[in-house]
Amino acid sequence: MKKNIHLSAEPLEIGTCRDFASGNSNGAECIFIGTVRNATDGRTVHQLHFECYESMAMKEMDKIAGKALEQFEISAIAIHHRIGTLAIGDIPVIIAVGAAHRGAAFSACQFAIDTLKESVPIWKKEFFEDGEVWVSAHP
Amino acid sequence: MKVLIFGAARDIIGKRELDFPLPTNPSVKSFRENIFKEFPELKKLNALAFAVNEEYANDDDVLKNQDVVALIPPVSGG
Repeated sequence: MKKNIHLSAEPLEIGTCRDFASGNSNGAECIFIGTVRNATDGRTVHQLHFECYESMAMKEMDKIAGKALEQFEISAIAIHHRIGTLAIGDIPVIIAVGAAHRGAAFSACQFAIDTLKESVPIWKKEFFEDGEVWVSAHP
Repeated sequence: MKVLIFGAARDIIGKRELDFPLPTNPSVKSFRENIFKEFPELKKLNALAFAVNEEYANDDDVLKNQDVVALIPPVSGG
């Protein structure tokens, strides 16, 4: 059972995440890749900016990986998140899970990204043509 | 007490960090009331959570002078 947590201003590497999740006992590897979308509610997005409370974000991501290893029959999980300014198509998050069977791999991957979006102190600002907004901050 | 401020909360307060007095009744709830009194615009946020020493805090948690408190507006990673 192993986990790998990474928070960086540098581009994330899919291969590194997959390598970490790989293993001879695996029959499945599930990799979730979050990407920067070009629009929100019909408004064109030009770029995103992510900031984080680094030390706490690392702890929270580590907790998620630990819970995923406890709750699902998986062998390894990598959670990598990027911060800083990202362009359309860039990758802000990768979650890679290795497991003996695909069901657990899918479930753990979904659990990890859903929980990350709820609890990890990372904030995203969207930049539009006519302004910028912190996502979810205001009614 | 050292207070760290992030995201939309930082735009409201205009600082990344504050020194804020420990409330007389040193609970997270009292701290919340005091910080909202000082910066009423924080009420415009959808929600505001608090972390104490890098862990999410409850209203009745007790604060000490050397704690590091963080204002956590709604998170939006991923």
